[in-house]
Amino acid sequence: METVKCISSPEDLEKLRQEIIAKREPSKPSVSVCVSTGCVALGAWRVMEAFKAELDKQGLKDEVEIKETGCLGFCEQGPRVTVYPQEICYLKVKPEDVPEIVSKTILEKQIVERLLYTDRATGGTAQKLEDIPFYKYQLRLLLEDNAKIDPKNIEDYIALGGYCALAKSLFEMTPERVIEEIKKANLRGRGGGGFPTGLKWETTRNALGEPKYVIVNCDQGDPGAFMDRSLMEGNPHSVLEGLIIGGYAIGAHEGFVYVREEYPIAVESISTAIRQAEEYGLLGENIMGSGFNFRVKVHRGAGAFVSGESSALMTAIEGKVGEPRPKYVHTAVKGIWDKPSCLNNDKTWATVPLIILRGGQWFRRIGTEGSSGTMIFSLVGKVNNTGLVEVPMGITLRDLIYKIGGGIRGGKRFKAVQTGGPSGGLIPEEYLDLPVDFDELTKVGSMMGSGGMVVMDEDICMVDTARYFVDFLLEESCGKCIPCREGLRVLSKILNDVCEGKGKDEDVQTTEDIAETMREASLCALGQTAANPVLTSLKYFRDEWEQHIRDKRCSARVCKALINYYIDPEKCQACLFCLRECPVGAVQGGKDQVHWVDQEKCVKCGTCYEVCNFDAVKKLSGEPIPPHPPKGMKPVRKGK
Amino acid sequence: MKIVTLKIDDKEIKTEEGTTILEAAKRAGVEIPTLCYLEGLEPYGACRVCSVEIERRGRSRIVAACCYPAEEGLKVVTRSPKIDKIRKTIIELAGVMAGEDVAGETRALASEYHADLSRFRARVSMEPTKCILCGICVRRCIEATWDSAIGFIGRGVNRRVVLYPERAGTCAICNYCQRVCPTGRISSTGPDPPFPHVDDVLSGRK
Repeated sequence: METVKCISSPEDLEKLRQEIIAKREPSKPSVSVCVSTGCVALGAWRVMEAFKAELDKQGLKDEVEIKETGCLGFCEQGPRVTVYPQEICYLKVKPEDVPEIVSKTILEKQIVERLLYTDRATGGTAQKLEDIPFYKYQLRLLLEDNAKIDPKNIEDYIALGGYCALAKSLFEMTPERVIEEIKKANLRGRGGGGFPTGLKWETTRNALGEPKYVIVNCDQGDPGAFMDRSLMEGNPHSVLEGLIIGGYAIGAHEGFVYVREEYPIAVESISTAIRQAEEYGLLGENIMGSGFNFRVKVHRGAGAFVSGESSALMTAIEGKVGEPRPKYVHTAVKGIWDKPSCLNNDKTWATVPLIILRGGQWFRRIGTEGSSGTMIFSLVGKVNNTGLVEVPMGITLRDLIYKIGGGIRGGKRFKAVQTGGPSGGLIPEEYLDLPVDFDELTKVGSMMGSGGMVVMDEDICMVDTARYFVDFLLEESCGKCIPCREGLRVLSKILNDVCEGKGKDEDVQTTEDIAETMREASLCALGQTAANPVLTSLKYFRDEWEQHIRDKRCSARVCKALINYYIDPEKCQACLFCLRECPVGAVQGGKDQVHWVDQEKCVKCGTCYEVCNFDAVKKLSGEPIPPHPPKGMKPVRKGK
Repeated sequence: MKIVTLKIDDKEIKTEEGTTILEAAKRAGVEIPTLCYLEGLEPYGACRVCSVEIERRGRSRIVAACCYPAEEGLKVVTRSPKIDKIRKTIIELAGVMAGEDVAGETRALASEYHADLSRFRARVSMEPTKCILCGICVRRCIEATWDSAIGFIGRGVNRRVVLYPERAGTCAICNYCQRVCPTGRISSTGPDPPFPHVDDVLSGRK
C-alpha cells in the first residue's frame, strides 16, 4: 500500500484526484461484482471467489482487475457482474459460469448470451445496463455511482469528483450561502416527511444552544424497502460528504449516523468510510486546512421500527429506550440532549453534494414544481421487474408499474398499489395516472414515506392486506400513547375477525371511529398514519369489506376461513397428484376415479390447488359447494 | 420573560412564553381534562385526553394541550363535538386494558364524556389491568427517589408498569405513586399487590 496523503487544501484534493485517474487504465479489462446484501444472499461471494480462482488459474491475475461494488437495485436478477471495458452486464451469475465469462468475454471479447438480461414478455436481450427496460426510464442521480465505486475504497469516490463539493462549500461558500443553495434547490426530506431541508437547516443554525448536532437517519425498517441500505452500503462517502457540508452550514461539529444493526454491511461500509475520510484529512480537525472541525460517530439501532421517527431516534442516541416524545418544539430546535439537532435521511444527505456542485437551479429543473429531484422507490410485489428504481418526481404510477416494472406478472389485472411503507395507503386503479410526488400521494390518502411501493394484483384481498399492515404496526407500536396502542389492538382484532368471517355490521363504523381518533390524536407519525391502509382499504374497496361481513365471501379467495377447495369432476384426470400430496388425507377417490375434497377433513392449505396440472381444483367463496361426484365416477379424458 | 396573547375558547389570555396551553387555560379558569399530567412533572403527552383544537396561520389541527407551548395569536378551542368525540373514543380505548373497574379521574371522565368503558373491551378478550400506562407513577417515583424503583417493560400492547426486582430496595414506600394514580390501580393495601407482574415473578407464580 502506498502512504496515505493527508489533504490539506483543495489543490491537494485535485492533485490526488488527477494522480488516481492517471494510475488507472480505462482499457484494462476488469470485472465488478455487486457485494450488497441482495447479491450476497444469492451467492455473490462465491462468484467472487470463483473469479479469483479462475484468473489465478489462467495466469491473468495481474491483467484483470476484480472489483467489489454496491447495489444497482435489480436484486431479483442477482448476482450481478459487469465486465469492463465493454460494460457487459451479466445477471444471475453462478460460480460455474465464471470460467466461461473469463475465457469468452474477457479474453475473446465475446458475449455469453444466456447470462444477459432477457425480457420476460418479448424475449429480447440487453448487453448493457442502460438497455434493460428496468433502467431505461430511470434517472439515477444517487444510485448511478454504486456501479463504479468500491465502497471500501475512498479513492474510487475521489476519482469521480468526490469531496469536491465539500471543498467548494468550505473554501468558496459561507454557511449561509450553502443553506441558500439548498433552499434554492427546493430539496425536501427524503425520509418521507418531505419537510423543506433548507428551512430545517436554517432553523437549527439559528436555534439557541450549543453544541448542535447533525444526524443521518438510516433506520429503514419497512417490509420490502431497502434503498437506504443500498445507498449506505454502496456509496457511503456521498452520505458522509453531505453530512459534513451540512455540519458546516448549520454550525455543528459533531454528527451521528444512526444505522440499523440488522444492516451489517451498511454499518461496516460507513465505519470504513469514516475511518478513511479521517486518514485523508477530509474529516476530523481542520478539514482540508479550512479550520473547520467535524467528527462523526456511528450509532447502531437496536431494531425498533419506531426508532426511525425523529424524536424516538434522538432518544435512542441519548441511550434511552427509543420512544417518541412530543415535538411541538421541533427537534431542529430541541433534539438530542435538548440541543438543536438536524436529522435527515441518508438519501437527503447524499443529494447535498450534487446540489452544491451543480447548483440549486439544476436540481429544481428535475421533478415537479413542489417536489424537485429524484426519488428512489422500492418497487416490489406482483410486477415483472422488482427492485430499486430511481426516477424523477412526478412520474406516473402507470409508468413506474408498466414501463419500469414491466407490468403485472402472469398477465393478471392490476388491483392496487401501496406506497410509503406499512402506514401508506392502498391506491386503486383509477389513480394510476397520478403523478408521484409528496403532495399528490397525500391527496389520495397515502404518502411518499420511505418510497416503498407494493404492487398488488387481482388475487390480493384488500381486507387481508389492511389486516397484514395493522398487525405489523401492532408489533412495532411503542405503546406509549393510548390511541396508537389500544387503537391498533382493537383494529387488529376487528380486521382478523372480518377476515375470519366473524365481522359484524357495525365494524365499519367502529373502524372509522378508531382510525379517525388515531389520526388526529396519536403522539407520533407512526400512530397518526397507522390507519392509512385501513382507511384507504375502506374508502376504495368498501365492497370487499361488505362481502366479507355480510356475504362471508372473499372475492379474491385469500381469506382462509371464507374459502373452500373443490375439484371440478369434468376436469379432474384422476392423476392422484393431489390425493397423494394432501397432508390430511382429505382428497377422496382413487386410481381412475374422479377425486373430490372431503370438506370436513380439509384444512385449506391449498396444496391440491398448487399441484393440479389440469386446472381442476377451484377455490370457492360465498357459494354453495356442489355435491361430490358419484362414487367411482370415471374421469372425462382429455382429447377423447 | 416575553408575554404572549392567545385565545382559549374566545377568552383572551396573556401568559409567559413557554407555558403550555394547559397551564395557560388552568390559570384562566378553563378546564381541560388530563390523565397523564401531574403538575410539577415533565409533560408526557401519552394519554391524549387533553387534545384540543388549535388554529394557527389559518390551519387547524388537534394537539395535546399538556405539551403545546402558548404562542402569540394562537386560537384554541377546548370543547367541540369533534374534540368530545375524540376524548370519548380515547377513554373507551383506555378501557380495553384498564377494564370497567376503575376509580379516580378515569372513572369521572368516563361519566362526563359518556364513554362506555366496555365498548371495545367487549371485542378484545384480555385480563383487565386497571392501568392505563399514564406513567405518572413512574415519573413521580424518579422525582421522589432520584432513581426509579418502578418502570416500563415491554413494547406496544405488552407494555406494563413493574417494580424492577433489582431496584426494589430503592422503594422508599413513600406511597407517592399510590396517591397520584388516576385509576386507583396502585394500592398499598387490599387483596392485589400493586405491581402484580413482577410480584408474580418474584414469588415464582409465573
